Amino acid sequence: MSLAHWEDFVAGSVAHYGPRLITREEIVAFAAQFDPQPMHLDEEAARATMLGGLAASGWHTCCIQMRMIADGFVLDSSSLGSPSVDEVKWLKPVRPGDRLTVRATVLQTRASNTRRGMGLVKMLFETLNQSGERVMTQVGTMMLARRGFDRISAMKPGGAP
Amino acid sequence: MKFFEDIAVGEKAVFGRHTFAAEEIKAFAAQFDPQPFHLDEAAAARSHFGALCASGWHTVMLWMRLAMLYRRTEDDALRVRGEPVAQLGPSPGFRDLKWHEPVYVGDTITFATEVVETRVSKSRPAWGLVFNVNTGANQDGTLVMSFIGSAFVERRPGG
Repeated sequence: MSLAHWEDFVAGSVAHYGPRLITREEIVAFAAQFDPQPMHLDEEAARATMLGGLAASGWHTCCIQMRMIADGFVLDSSSLGSPSVDEVKWLKPVRPGDRLTVRATVLQTRASNTRRGMGLVKMLFETLNQSGERVMTQVGTMMLARRGFDRISAMKPGGAP
Repeated sequence: MKFFEDIAVGEKAVFGRHTFAAEEIKAFAAQFDPQPFHLDEAAAARSHFGALCASGWHTVMLWMRLAMLYRRTEDDALRVRGEPVAQLGPSPGFRDLKWHEPVYVGDTITFATEVVETRVSKSRPAWGLVFNVNTGANQDGTLVMSFIGSAFVERRPGG
């Protein structure tokens, strides 16, 4: 199988990943481990909060989105990881039983100025629920090896060829 | 949680520290970020990272966990003193998350926060919004992760 390299990402292209069903059990398990707040742990306590009922931690949505894009394209790419996320907005609660999809849009691509085998891709990820409502948006940057480079040679210093 | 009115720009807190073990790095990666350099020592050794390192999201999740445990201890102390405890609301989001350096097996990361802005919510007048610069630094004092977080914090009733 051939990996997608930096050159294969084209500004303006859009792809969809998922769907992924979200269960009450995973919401509570994630919250107990990483975000132990009543609104993510207990239905009755959550009803008294701003979210009005049990909802997934926003961080959980970030992690689920990561898994969805990993399965969607990252694992089949020359990904070198991510240096940064510009912005994440948590727009609506994610509830038990929600079915999430991710719409991924390539915003911009540019060659690295300092590493000749590496390129950067800025992407918009929108996580949508089963009603088509955006529950989370994220703008982030990925580093990818350029065609003809592996993960080690991609990181060698030097200007773009 | 203190009430919104009692939170001032410049306030700092250290939430705690966490040492990342290989098993938890791999378990998190298997669930959420199964890239080879987070999942397998041999594959990581062949990658640009040179050794197994944590998913960036895993690092941020430990910041969140330690932040929430710190707040719980703080709330318990307020209750012991008989003082009212404000509700910490949800967060509308964050910005400028940067993974500055990899977190490798055995690294001990110290997680901290500093308040950088406070303002009353326009849409929810019973709440204020607090913005923080949140950080993780390793045992050498090198910054590994930072972001600007935000959260709703309850205003003092009648305040």
